[in-house]
Amino acid sequence: MIKKVLIFIFIGIIGFYLVDIFSQIPFGEKRDNVGDFYLEQSVQTLKVANSVTGIVVNFRGFDTLGEVTVLFLAALGLSSIMYRRKKQGEKEVRAKKPSSRILQVGAQIIFPMVVVLGAYVFIHGHLTPGGGFQGGAIIATASLLMLITYRKFKVNHNTVSWIESIAGVVFVSVGMVGLLKGMAFLENFLDVGELNSLLSGGIIGIIYVAVGFKVAAELTGVIDTVLLNNRPDNNNENN
Amino acid sequence: MTWLIIPIIILVILTIGSAIYAVVTKNLLYAVVSTGLISLGLSLFFFILQAPDVALTEAAIGVALTTIIFIITIRNTTQYEDEPKKEKNMKGELSND
Amino acid sequence: MDQLLTISFYGTAIALILIGLYAVLAKKNLLKIVIGLSIMDGGLHLLFVSIGYIKNGTAPIFSPEVLNTKVQMVDPVPQALVLTAIVIGFAVTAVALSLVIRLYRHHNTASIDEIKNLRW
Repeated sequence: MIKKVLIFIFIGIIGFYLVDIFSQIPFGEKRDNVGDFYLEQSVQTLKVANSVTGIVVNFRGFDTLGEVTVLFLAALGLSSIMYRRKKQGEKEVRAKKPSSRILQVGAQIIFPMVVVLGAYVFIHGHLTPGGGFQGGAIIATASLLMLITYRKFKVNHNTVSWIESIAGVVFVSVGMVGLLKGMAFLENFLDVGELNSLLSGGIIGIIYVAVGFKVAAELTGVIDTVLLNNRPDNNNENN
Repeated sequence: MTWLIIPIIILVILTIGSAIYAVVTKNLLYAVVSTGLISLGLSLFFFILQAPDVALTEAAIGVALTTIIFIITIRNTTQYEDEPKKEKNMKGELSND
Repeated sequence: MDQLLTISFYGTAIALILIGLYAVLAKKNLLKIVIGLSIMDGGLHLLFVSIGYIKNGTAPIFSPEVLNTKVQMVDPVPQALVLTAIVIGFAVTAVALSLVIRLYRHHNTASIDEIKNLRW
């Protein structure tokens, strides 16, 4: 009982200080900061239409490299924590009954559309809202749909690992070309086209395609590891 | 944005109501679905604040992928919050009650 | 009216942070603690994006209709930071849940009171 009172007092103190700080920042007022500089440069120097993409890939591109590394480490840690050595004669445990007819027919129709939508989102990342992470998550959701519906659907872990590694190597080597030419790491060395065309923005298109492939392969591997890794004697009886 | 005041109030009630329900309930499956509802409400908030990239990312990652990973964890552990602990025999096997 | 808008955006974000903090501190089931962590992440992202909003601003995308006229755009820097933060929050949640599964397999219970008592 005393513990709950102490918790409420602690939350009250933190809440009071948060409200006190954020009531001094007026909502919706214009302040002079670095955002104006990025908006100008995104039209004149980079010629990319989506300025958030321009910031994420070009102006703060090193943080995107760190984020891709964190995702890679999370997928690695997850599959190594849930690793079990296979005993003799033990097979994968899938569902006992086939899924319903509506799900099977619907998944056949929807799956190609979702894959095409995901590919569109990460290819046109510099023209419309979207980008590599969003497109990769959409494609991973499509493969999750297939894993739930069909019991014979397998994900080849070898292929997925190769796609992910090659995409990561492409990202870093595109940055290294900038170093070899005498400029900074991840500097723009291709020709910027005109605004609102598909080939604008220099290396932004290449990097986002590589990130899209990498995130899609990674999240597919994570979902496949988590879905098919349970012991036969530990399932709940009340499904 | 002043004429959007009624949808904003409905969104606020939806988001905070789902958050309170997710913390208080004892059935873990309902709590996970409420977390998905919170992500949906947040995605609509981001759309009202004129941020379409963030709204897409929150909708794709928060609603679909987080919910499925939570549900698989529920399948491998318990579904209700206070379940009695299963006991093991002397040999270390689970005893069927 | 201005006050009402401020309260609804900042207030929702701060309320989500406090509700998530309560779930982390006071609940006993391991899965509830991870749910509280995820709710706290969501509140923080909303707080960040709502700082960068400018009145009567529009989305920071230069489509062909916007190029000729001069409109006010919202701040794009907080949006770029929150984009990274959402993905990293998902990665942390996934690793935390795999740890929960491993703990359940070892101790056969999912409540931190029991796990603290078993000292072997």
